[in-house]
Amino acid sequence: MEQPFDLTLIWASIIAFGVMMYVLMDGFDLGQGILFPFAPDEHHRDVMMNSVAPVWDGNETWLVLGGAGLLAAFPLVYSVFLPALYIGVFLLLAGLIFRGVAFEFRFKAKTSKYLWNWAFAGGSTVAAFAQGAVVGAYIQGFNTENFRYVGGAFDWLTPFTVITGLGLVAGYALLGCTWLIMKSEGDVQQWAYKLAPRLLLAVLVVFAVISVYTPFVDPFVKERWFSGVTPIWLLPLLALYSAYVIFTSVRKQQEGMPFVATMALFLFTYLGLLVSKWPYMVPPNYTLWDAASAYESQLFLLLGFLFVIPIVLTYTAWTYWVFRGKVKAGGYH
Amino acid sequence: MELDPLLLSRIQFAFVVCFHAIFPVFTIGLASFIAVLEALSFKTGNPMWQQLSKFWIQVFAVVFGMGVVSGIVMSFQFGTNWSNFSYATANFLGPVLSYEVVTAFFLEAAFLGVLLFGRDKVPQGVHLFAAIMVALGTFISSFWILSANSLMQTPGGLELREGMYHVVSWSEALFTASFGYRFLHMALASFLTAALVVAGVSAWFILQKREMETNRKALSISLWMLLILAPMQVVVGDLHGLNTLEHQPVKVAAMEGNWETDTGVPLLLFAIPDQAAQTNHFEVKIPKLASYILTHDWDGEVPGLNEVEPAMQPPVFIVFWSFRIMVAMGLLMVVFAVWGLVLRYKRNYMQSRAFLQGLRWMSLSPFIAVLAGWVVTEAGRAPWLIYEQMTHAEGLTPSLTGGMALFTLIGYIVVYALVFSSGVYYLLKVFRGGIEKANAPHEQEEVERAKRPFSAAHVSMEGDN
Ligand code: HDD
Ligand code: HEM
Ligand code: HEM
Repeated sequence: MEQPFDLTLIWASIIAFGVMMYVLMDGFDLGQGILFPFAPDEHHRDVMMNSVAPVWDGNETWLVLGGAGLLAAFPLVYSVFLPALYIGVFLLLAGLIFRGVAFEFRFKAKTSKYLWNWAFAGGSTVAAFAQGAVVGAYIQGFNTENFRYVGGAFDWLTPFTVITGLGLVAGYALLGCTWLIMKSEGDVQQWAYKLAPRLLLAVLVVFAVISVYTPFVDPFVKERWFSGVTPIWLLPLLALYSAYVIFTSVRKQQEGMPFVATMALFLFTYLGLLVSKWPYMVPPNYTLWDAASAYESQLFLLLGFLFVIPIVLTYTAWTYWVFRGKVKAGGYH
Repeated sequence: MELDPLLLSRIQFAFVVCFHAIFPVFTIGLASFIAVLEALSFKTGNPMWQQLSKFWIQVFAVVFGMGVVSGIVMSFQFGTNWSNFSYATANFLGPVLSYEVVTAFFLEAAFLGVLLFGRDKVPQGVHLFAAIMVALGTFISSFWILSANSLMQTPGGLELREGMYHVVSWSEALFTASFGYRFLHMALASFLTAALVVAGVSAWFILQKREMETNRKALSISLWMLLILAPMQVVVGDLHGLNTLEHQPVKVAAMEGNWETDTGVPLLLFAIPDQAAQTNHFEVKIPKLASYILTHDWDGEVPGLNEVEPAMQPPVFIVFWSFRIMVAMGLLMVVFAVWGLVLRYKRNYMQSRAFLQGLRWMSLSPFIAVLAGWVVTEAGRAPWLIYEQMTHAEGLTPSLTGGMALFTLIGYIVVYALVFSSGVYYLLKVFRGGIEKANAPHEQEEVERAKRPFSAAHVSMEGDN
């Protein structure tokens, strides 16, 4: 078929956008779950959960949309990542199921509340760890032959992916914590202010370890970053600057800035990751274009996505607007 | 013993998809039922329709929620366990499965919220419109998924180039030979599911003497539905079978338990198919009837399993018996539909305890029939994943080991058991609360924060309220 556009690039942007949306948005609500066990009492937990209850499932929309989009636009990613991360994917799904159900039932439970607390905390933490491990596995690359994954069940589980997994757990916790600063008041907010610097420190430590470690794991990345002065050095600098802003804004007890700066930290880190690997989609062997599906299939689905994404975005914006303002234990008002 | 990743993956897929399938068939039918209730309420202004609608919307909310959760697992199953298959068919299956998800999200974003939470906030006409759109949306969702499945049964519109299928005609690929029959059969199955569950629940309320007038109306409407739909399903099922005979004769041979191609083939009412010996034991049969049903000729020729070598036959016992279970359920539905008509004629079905008790049990029958039907369809296709093009073994993830497959199989069983037993337990509580509870003013209204499907239900997890 004639190919007037390079749809592969368009699809790569859509998927990259979807992943970013997912990470930012589900990140802060997974963060509530990660922080759950550390909350001083049930009142804090009520506020935490209420702060994300109206929006969390819309946030997860992006995961399913991204997953389905991958099969359609980059089938190789789908058919290599999922077998390679087999056990991890199961843990991710199980985690998401448990926390999703906990959202629904914790509100309706009285005596069994503590069970749903554990389901929420456990599910969120496992899901966050699994996602971090996926990032690590992507950096490490996959053992492929002839467009098939040929490695073992636990190739993905290395010290490196454990670090990236823990890193994302810490990162999501930070995102959740700064979200809570913005959405809460009184003792809950004070608790979140106290927690934020510690989480930031944890994130920065992991950040440093990964930055030092990655070039050793992957010579390609080393080549990209250390073969001379390049504009991409700006990205880690901007990330560090964001960290600085988080730190100072939390000290000044600002309400919105810590969350915005944390999102910026995530954004610059994410862009850094993308430029490290570009244009490899299934490293170390296959690029974006190797992984792409047929032109007509990409086109067929693009029409649907162009229709639906604006609607999902509008709906999302509307939901956030409706539920703006501070939360209390009893809900929004 | 060596663990077989192929067998375990098949069991796993069957388990998660059967689990998933239970919820959508119910939501598809229920969505239409709710739209009808809303339309009646809009037209007549009779408050009873609205009371009923409020109750069934709560049920819908919970079932829909469970459908979504189990559906998310499905969209990853293809990649984890059947990666060769997903890779080869991605050019078709990718967009089609994505469209299913896209439809569901579009529906959820645009109309579900209005249906579940908007009753007092939008004009009644808008609420009705949302109900209709939600019903329509569930059908569009099933259009995509059934199209995907039909292509695997009766492939068309594709061309294999270097290990990957390419779509040469979207219309041929989306509307393959078996699609129309499958869609109709499945649509009727969904309507029947809604009709029988509504009938069963209303009968149960009537037996308890609760809200008699409203429940009588619900029962009456569902019995009319049953009367029209059940016989239709038998006819459509028969046509579906004839289509299968044309395109997948071996599957029909397995459904009939017919080992040798022959003329004047009997219909087996009972038999124990023995794949190893390639024969049946303990046959109970009606002479020549299978030939007549399948060819409309008492001496017509019916294909047998001997058309293919034993290694390429589907699991006959499973197909044979699942088919009988489905048909038995279908006929039982017809019996109840006619029984209801007779009682209605005598004006006493509200008094017949036997009938009402029977209806309670019949609310399970559509689920049994649907699962049995899918097992016929899917197991009858074996060993093919894409009929006569790709086998199960070829579609399997190459790196998958038995241990991995066993781990996740057990994992899914445990997760589903925990999560969905809570869900079903909760659903039963919503049922027990009944129309009264669904219509009671609840002080929490606005505070019930989450604008999520489940939050449309206001029943507590424990205790009696
Ligand atoms: C898009 C495709 C698709 C769709 C819509 C369905 N299936 Fe299916 N089914 C498959 C694609 C498939 C498959 C990928 O082809 C499987 C997986 C492994 C296999 O054996 O075939 C399969 C196997 C499979 C089996 C195991 C058969 C065997 O291996 O002996 C059962 C019992 C079902 N399915 C049941 C269902 C139900 C209840 C569905 C209703 C939602 C359903 N399928 C929809
Ligand atoms: C085996 C293949 C299947 C896959 C991969 C699959 C996938 C999914 C997914 C991912 C969702 C959730 C969408 C959301 O999050 O909102 C979903 C929901 C749905 N599915 Fe499936 N599904 C399958 C089989 C079926 C079948 C056979 C039907 C019906 C005939 C069906 C009908 C629906 C409907 C109507 C919904 C939306 C309503 C609900 O969630 O209850 N699905 N499915
Ligand atoms: C008594 C009459 C019935 C007959 C003759 C009949 C016939 C059939 C046949 C031949 C198939 C397999 C088609 C194929 O694989 O190619 C099938 C599948 C199926 N049946 Fe039935 N059926 C009947 C009743 C029912 C009832 C009452 C239900 C549910 C309420 C039902 C639900 C299904 C489902 C869900 C499938 C799988 C999807 C499909 O392939 O359409 N059937 N039926």
